[in-house]
Amino acid sequence: MDFELSSDQQALAEGMRAFCDGRFAMATVRSLEDVGIERGLWRELAEMGVFSLRLPEGAGGVGLGWADAALAFEELGRALVPGPLVWTHLAAGLVPGAAEGTVVVTGTWRDEPTGVIPFAGIADAVVVLDDGGVWLVDGADLVVDPVALPLDPWTPCGVVQGQLPQGRQIGDAHAAAALRRGGAALVAAQLLGLAEASTDLSVAFARERVQFDRPIGTFQALKHLMADMLVRTEVARSAVYAAGVTLDDPEVGDADRAVAAAKVTATEAALGNAKTCIQVHGGMGYTWEVDAHLFFKRAYALAPEFGSVDDWSELLADLLDAAG
Amino acid sequence: MDLRYSEAELAFRAELRAWLAEVLPTLPPKPDPDDWPARRAFDTGWQRLLFEAGYAGINWPTEVGGRGATLTEQLIYLEETTRAGAPYVGVNFVGLLHAGPTLMTEASDEQKAAHLPRILRGDEVWCQGFSEPGAGSDLAALSCRAELDGDEYVITGQKIWTSFAQVADYGELLVRTDPDAPKHKGITWLILPMDIPGIEIRPLQTIVGSTEFSEVFFDEARVPVANRVGAENDGWRIAMVTFSFERGTAFISDLVETDRMISDLVALAKKVTRRSATAWDDKALRREVGRMQADMDALWALTKRNLAQADRHGVPGPGGSVVKLYYSELLQRLTDLAMQILDRASLSRTDVAGLGSGAFVEERLRSTSFTIAAGTSQIQRNIVAERILGLPKDR
Ligand SMILES: Cc1cc2nc3c(=O)[nH]c(=O)nc-3n(C[C@H](O)[C@H](O)[C@H](O)COP(=O)(O)OP(=O)(O)OC[C@H]3O[C@@H](n4cnc5c(N)ncnc54)[C@H](O)[C@@H]3O)c2cc1C
Repeated sequence: MDFELSSDQQALAEGMRAFCDGRFAMATVRSLEDVGIERGLWRELAEMGVFSLRLPEGAGGVGLGWADAALAFEELGRALVPGPLVWTHLAAGLVPGAAEGTVVVTGTWRDEPTGVIPFAGIADAVVVLDDGGVWLVDGADLVVDPVALPLDPWTPCGVVQGQLPQGRQIGDAHAAAALRRGGAALVAAQLLGLAEASTDLSVAFARERVQFDRPIGTFQALKHLMADMLVRTEVARSAVYAAGVTLDDPEVGDADRAVAAAKVTATEAALGNAKTCIQVHGGMGYTWEVDAHLFFKRAYALAPEFGSVDDWSELLADLLDAAG
Repeated sequence: MDLRYSEAELAFRAELRAWLAEVLPTLPPKPDPDDWPARRAFDTGWQRLLFEAGYAGINWPTEVGGRGATLTEQLIYLEETTRAGAPYVGVNFVGLLHAGPTLMTEASDEQKAAHLPRILRGDEVWCQGFSEPGAGSDLAALSCRAELDGDEYVITGQKIWTSFAQVADYGELLVRTDPDAPKHKGITWLILPMDIPGIEIRPLQTIVGSTEFSEVFFDEARVPVANRVGAENDGWRIAMVTFSFERGTAFISDLVETDRMISDLVALAKKVTRRSATAWDDKALRREVGRMQADMDALWALTKRNLAQADRHGVPGPGGSVVKLYYSELLQRLTDLAMQILDRASLSRTDVAGLGSGAFVEERLRSTSFTIAAGTSQIQRNIVAERILGLPKDR
């Protein structure tokens, strides 16, 4: 057992961070407001291997595992890269063009009661998960009413009008469960990235901003808020990495349980840290100009994806029940 | 990243499990919590058994009688012993979990040879004389004075909250050797024999009712200079090493215990009836328990990351403060939830109505100390903010 990043994993994370710094600088992310996706950038994500990371090399992929993918998605979250990244990643190998970045795939689960789907109306295809399996619906077969004011302007959404089409089956019930599990782990990784970035932003601001003749980071009330940000982040990081490792090597633990811990703690970290980030910034935190609200809104936008904190907590309770 | 146990680690687990199954039923009954001589005899007897079977000091070097294994095997040891309900380290806490490791890192060869094998065999019990009435969180303000007289330090002053003082043979003692130096620069770390003249121990009663800790008074007690660990006035640095073990690795077995407690809580909730249903039928409660298990599992994963780092660097990093902060508050949330589930049954510290409730009530009381001992949560937050996040100090 050695629960530290291997040198390859370190290199992967660093490479991903450098890519995001270069191609998804904050000004670029900001320019994607209201659209979320720019096709050229999307293909660059594909070239970087974001979607094909786990596909075998023979199938044009990179042949890496879930733990590696989690590291990549942590960086995507940290950089606030928008788009249905996890759905398209999951669709690679199942939906032609997803891995190559030519087809943008979003997704939903069939019993979702409101019909709200992130990027519906923009994405080319919608993956639908239900108890029976995995289904593919062509974007053109949907009647979508765009959400006029999305919570996160970088996550434009549509509301499906009428019944969600059944679609073409591309996976069985087993595959649906696996996608839900893997998807939750990768969204947790994105949430972890958000939690980190909002901590960094808060700390940087608190060292600069002066009140009462000293940097506000000197005030213990703020120090303790930020200490809690770090604690939440490190707890979530451990759970997210453990989920990745467990998905790759199911012998080391129960994959559902590991993913539950990751999704629950990463959601708590991303939401908790984003709220604190706004608070630490004072009035600036309430402005459109400062990035704090981007973390806040993205955290809320990702929280329901692939099962909420309540869903996964309940599942964990069921697992405990079964074990007891 | 790899969470898979090696063949050797799995074999170790199986062998230990078999040994525990054989030995645990032969142990004498647990002594009364306030019968200190009996507690010492029980805890050191268990330690002796471990030593003889080759399970003492799993990750301690073989030269001092340890097993020379990795921290991963130590983790397995803690998992197995806790799950099997083996005795807790008890009075051996300080010796095994932070005094011993400090000596291993900082002491002379003679000092190591004199103490480490005896700690492992259960022949030597240690306590920690750090805190004073005027120096708790602000430990560096300590004033217990040591004056050099020939080849002895003459100690005068007071310590407080000294756990296990009444049964200890030695203490980790922090003293002021240079009152004129800045407060962090005039402190020395001594090996204190508890049986020398000039020491008086007055037990204090805790909220649990037992006399877990004491006041210790020094009136010209004489400690040989040979008992000094490290250089004179370098004691603060060594105390930080002690803390890194105390906060970093010392309470891992508590984590395993708490993990088991969540399962016990599920069993409890299934037994407690509320009107026509059980507490476990309450979906909100199930979610809350599930959430705590998620937090606990994440914390366990963090512990594995910290261990991987400690294995590389020898001394645990400030990550220990992160675990201590999160764990102590999680334990309190958990025991709060237990009290809520127990309702009227929580009014008794011993089991009522066949519920196995006493352990939860006891733990609710005991867990209040977890956010205080070994550095309060406020102090841990200061450490995280200043040493990990690099926020400016307020001085
Ligand atoms: C069960 C138990 C066992 C113990 N065993 C031992 C032992 O064996 N050996 C030993 O040496 N000590 C022991 N201690 C002592 C323990 O280390 C101290 O109690 C602890 O460090 C706090 O010091 P204090 O009690 O003086 O509280 P104080 O330092 O007076 O703290 C009081 C309150 O003020 C807060 N506070 C203080 N300074 C700051 C600050 N800078 N910023 C924000 N808040 C602050 C604290 O967080 C706390 O809430 C034990 C304590 C307990 C409860």
